[in-house]
Amino acid sequence: MGILDFLKRKPEPTATVAKERLRIIVAQERSTRGAPDYLPMMRNELLEVIKKYVHVDLDAININFERDSGHEVLELSVALPDGKASATPAT
Amino acid sequence: MTAEIIVVTSGKGGVGKTTTSASLATGLAIAGKKVAVIDFDVGLRNLDLIMGCERRVVYDFINVVQGEATLKQALIKDKRHDNLYVLAASQTRDKDALTQEGVEKVLDGLSEEGFDYVVCDSPAGIEKGAHLAMYFADHAVVVVNPEVSSVRDSDRILGLLSSKTRRAERGEGAITQHLLLTRYNPARVEAGEMLSVKDVEDILGISVVGVIPESENVLAASNSGVPVILDANSLAGQAYSDTVARVLGEDRPLRFIDAPKKGFFQRVFGG
Ligand SMILES: Nc1ncnc2c1ncn2[C@@H]1O[C@H](COP(=O)(O)OP(=O)(O)OP(=O)(O)O)[C@@H](O)[C@H]1O
Ligand SMILES: [Mg+2]
Repeated sequence: MGILDFLKRKPEPTATVAKERLRIIVAQERSTRGAPDYLPMMRNELLEVIKKYVHVDLDAININFERDSGHEVLELSVALPDGKASATPAT
Repeated sequence: MTAEIIVVTSGKGGVGKTTTSASLATGLAIAGKKVAVIDFDVGLRNLDLIMGCERRVVYDFINVVQGEATLKQALIKDKRHDNLYVLAASQTRDKDALTQEGVEKVLDGLSEEGFDYVVCDSPAGIEKGAHLAMYFADHAVVVVNPEVSSVRDSDRILGLLSSKTRRAERGEGAITQHLLLTRYNPARVEAGEMLSVKDVEDILGISVVGVIPESENVLAASNSGVPVILDANSLAGQAYSDTVARVLGEDRPLRFIDAPKKGFFQRVFGG
């Protein structure tokens, strides 16, 4: 192994990239699984509304749907960008 | 102007349709075409991961079919190519939400938007989803692996393509059929353990448009969400580039179909 190899920064292994991508997308999909069909749509429409006031990405909106003994809870959280958070965070 | 519709299909599952759809669409975009690639696998969205846009899916194919979103809203612009767009499959709806009229509406909409090519990534099987993916096609890429069940299924699909498409029903002339042999391992072919290009061509009576070698770069590409055609150092990526050029009418010789010659040490010690 040449001395230069010590200096070269190794790229992140692709398996690590895969794991991180999956962690995010699987968590997102699980949180709405078995939930009403309109949730993804609702999330998108909420995003449109929120965007009128603050600049956030789809990723910033988290919808959690839980069903336990008889009642269903829909939890919505929006991570507002640093600083500009003039509105009160919705939870 | 109407868009050229290309279906990527196979019959058998897991042979490389989505891998091929992603690379074909990307290759056509690199060639300067305006391209949309559509995931027809309702309930089992996959193409978004392979294209690396899974976090940007807002609306999907079914949303457009049902009028809940416009085509413009649902098309996800590729982050690497301005003229490439992805339309994701729905994860939540059931398969019946996709109808022939709905598909036609979306394809017509893409033509109106000035798309040159629409690549349809078919689900496995020969059920409704696969049928809808192929029905409006002008061209088909039939993905086949050098393996008995895959070859038989692709023959079945070739038959359906020449009878069960709109072109066939209207007598508008046959759809162009391209056979793409993927996961090819020349060393195993030479060892007599795998069907050769010629074997597959002989059995199906159609010549291949490309041969994609079995390659570890395909897994690395899907890990990263970058279609393998963009990995210019990989043999699979280069083979996909050749294939796209051939689909566009260029004449290119097949590469990577012979096993690399073994060196002296490998011959002596194996390897
Ligand atoms: N040339 C190749 N070399 C190595 N692995 C490959 C190659 N092509 C595809 N694969 C792998 O084969 C598997 C199936 O590929 P892919 O998802 O593209 O198939 P598919 O036909 O779309 O499957 P399905 O029928 O489930 O939709 C994946 O793990 C992919 O990484
Ligand atoms: Mg697939």
